[in-house]
Amino acid sequence: MSEIREKSQPSGVIGWIDARLPILSFIRDHLTHYYAPKNFNFWYFFGSLAFLILFLQIFTGIFLAMHYKPDANLAFDSIEFIMRDVNLGWLIRYMHSSGASAFFIVIYLHMFRALMYGSFKKPRELIWLFGVFIYLALMAEAFMGYLLPWGQMSFWGAQVIINLFTTIPFIGPELGIWIRGDFAISDPTLTRFYALHIVAVPMVILLLVILHLAALHTVGSNNPDGVEIKKNKDENGVPIDGIPFHPYYTVKDFVGIGVFLFLFSLTVFFMPEMGGYFLEHANFIPANPLVTPEHIAPIWYFTPFYSILRCIPDPAYGALAMALSIVVLFFLPWIDNNPIKSIRYRSTLFKINLFVFVLSFFVLGVLGFKSVTPLYSALALRFSEMYFIFFALLFFYNKPRENLFSYLYSGTIIFLIAIYDISRINSDNYFIVLIGLSFIFIFIIFMTISPLYSNLNKEKEVPDRVTG
Amino acid sequence: MIKKNIVILILLAINCSAYSVSQKSELVEKYKAVGSINNTASLQRGAKYFINYCSGCHSLKYMRMSTMAQDLGIGEEFFSKNLIFSNKKIGDTMTISMRESDSERWFGAIPPDLSLIARSKGVDFLYAYLNTYYEDDNSRTGYNNVAYPNTSMPHILAGLQGRQKLVLDSNNNPVGLDKISEGLYSEIEYRELTNDISNFLLYVSEPAKLRRYSIGFWVLMFIFIFTIMAYYTKKEFWKDVH
Repeated sequence: MSEIREKSQPSGVIGWIDARLPILSFIRDHLTHYYAPKNFNFWYFFGSLAFLILFLQIFTGIFLAMHYKPDANLAFDSIEFIMRDVNLGWLIRYMHSSGASAFFIVIYLHMFRALMYGSFKKPRELIWLFGVFIYLALMAEAFMGYLLPWGQMSFWGAQVIINLFTTIPFIGPELGIWIRGDFAISDPTLTRFYALHIVAVPMVILLLVILHLAALHTVGSNNPDGVEIKKNKDENGVPIDGIPFHPYYTVKDFVGIGVFLFLFSLTVFFMPEMGGYFLEHANFIPANPLVTPEHIAPIWYFTPFYSILRCIPDPAYGALAMALSIVVLFFLPWIDNNPIKSIRYRSTLFKINLFVFVLSFFVLGVLGFKSVTPLYSALALRFSEMYFIFFALLFFYNKPRENLFSYLYSGTIIFLIAIYDISRINSDNYFIVLIGLSFIFIFIIFMTISPLYSNLNKEKEVPDRVTG
Repeated sequence: MIKKNIVILILLAINCSAYSVSQKSELVEKYKAVGSINNTASLQRGAKYFINYCSGCHSLKYMRMSTMAQDLGIGEEFFSKNLIFSNKKIGDTMTISMRESDSERWFGAIPPDLSLIARSKGVDFLYAYLNTYYEDDNSRTGYNNVAYPNTSMPHILAGLQGRQKLVLDSNNNPVGLDKISEGLYSEIEYRELTNDISNFLLYVSEPAKLRRYSIGFWVLMFIFIFTIMAYYTKKEFWKDVH
């Protein structure tokens, strides 16, 4: 490596700088001689797209901050001022508001990719951990940003979320006051959320993104086959199935960026409200602590977790379930220990499991918009259980299981779920409880016991090199 | 297969609107505004009606009159002469001089600012609201409304629309409105008038809408060409990857 460096030692301005700051070796190590697997598919666009959106959000955010007034009496007016009287202010604002939703779409697809191809597995655990931290920071960033327009949904949405913290035993009420800076959401809450939204959290996100990328470039990218390309190197130490990130993936990512920007512009210019999903209708009414909107729904990217929160009637346990649903993501690399990374070579049952998980997350998201009815809350409970059962089954599929273990494992899960249902069953709800319970039973028994009598859990052989 | 299922699910989600839960009466559902902010003539008429009938009590505090004059193709001089009734300047926004304490005493509620009403309530609501007033002896103003029950606003346009009576079915659900007496305007004329006002408020709620479609078209064209060029560049670069 050092030989190459000496040979291509440049002169002139670049040489002068390079002697003092390793720009050329940086470009070499991370772009022109950074080898990525050649078989990246559609799902591998979302990392660079997330990076692009991060840049867009910071850029548009700076311009918004020039005109926005973080003051409970002026905030709403200043947004309308941006929308009407600032040159192209509407464009900057819509880019920022649509950008938030686009960020979550891209991040969810990015995370799904990791689930599909096992990108969180050894040796990439740290990449995944940093990624989940980025996701957490992003949720905080989005939540605080949503308060800033100071509309009805900003206010009441924040009310719901901050109330979650007040359910924590002993310190809850004090914690709520500490977060709000007041006994109710008011001007101090707005100003501190502004400070956190435009300074503190973005810095944390940027730092985490650097760590995420540094960890990635240390171990190299996974790929749709889940094969380590570094195991097959040629005589120069270059992975046979690797290609330099630049120019191959830079030109490829430009195509992805083009398609993304097309869809993004379609949203920004033609449907910035997205039918009330990206900008909620009630948020065009200034915040009013005395009038509760008839229907409070969080913004779409929080609705799956909101459903998990609401599926247990006791708010403290609901909040706990919601917290668990996010915390469990941190443990994913140790829950799923199966040596096969890619979905391509994993069993049919794994595919069903992943599909049901995506479906559950999606259904929970839809239910999060709806008002609570007996049917919807029963559905929310069952799909929340499915959300957690996904992880239990992932662990189960780590290796072929013995008969006894299979029966005990499924029995334990069913027992835990049944205990909760027995504690709440009564003459009004017994029908809906029993139906839900039997669906869960059938699912678990199918997913754990069927491998004993069929080939459904048979895994395929992983090739030595990437395919196509 | 899975991919196809995901696409279908996404389409389904987009299809079911986020706020389909609110319970609207069937009668209100019948009133749909023909809102088109590109219909400048309708916007001009709407502005005229709004300023004459509504702007005594309702402000448009975010709407700058010079912006409106320009967007609606009304000359600033003509606008100042015919549509500003106070000593305001054309560069001002359309605030009102009625004191909130007075209006609260007179109507029992402060008439809301209508700058964003079309975005929060929807243009169809405005149209239905202006059309579904009926006489009700139990209310303070002598009028009630189907789209917004127990409204504190009197029926300002009653002279134009004529008097209406609510028709209930056997379950006491509103099913229709009966004309008791004719107003100055015919049914069709009145509907056009209310449609123009709703349309005008749709424009006021987001003046940028007039601009973003046309700019958006060119942005999309640019990105489209960029993407095609990027695609062929990628193809060329990737020729030697096997």
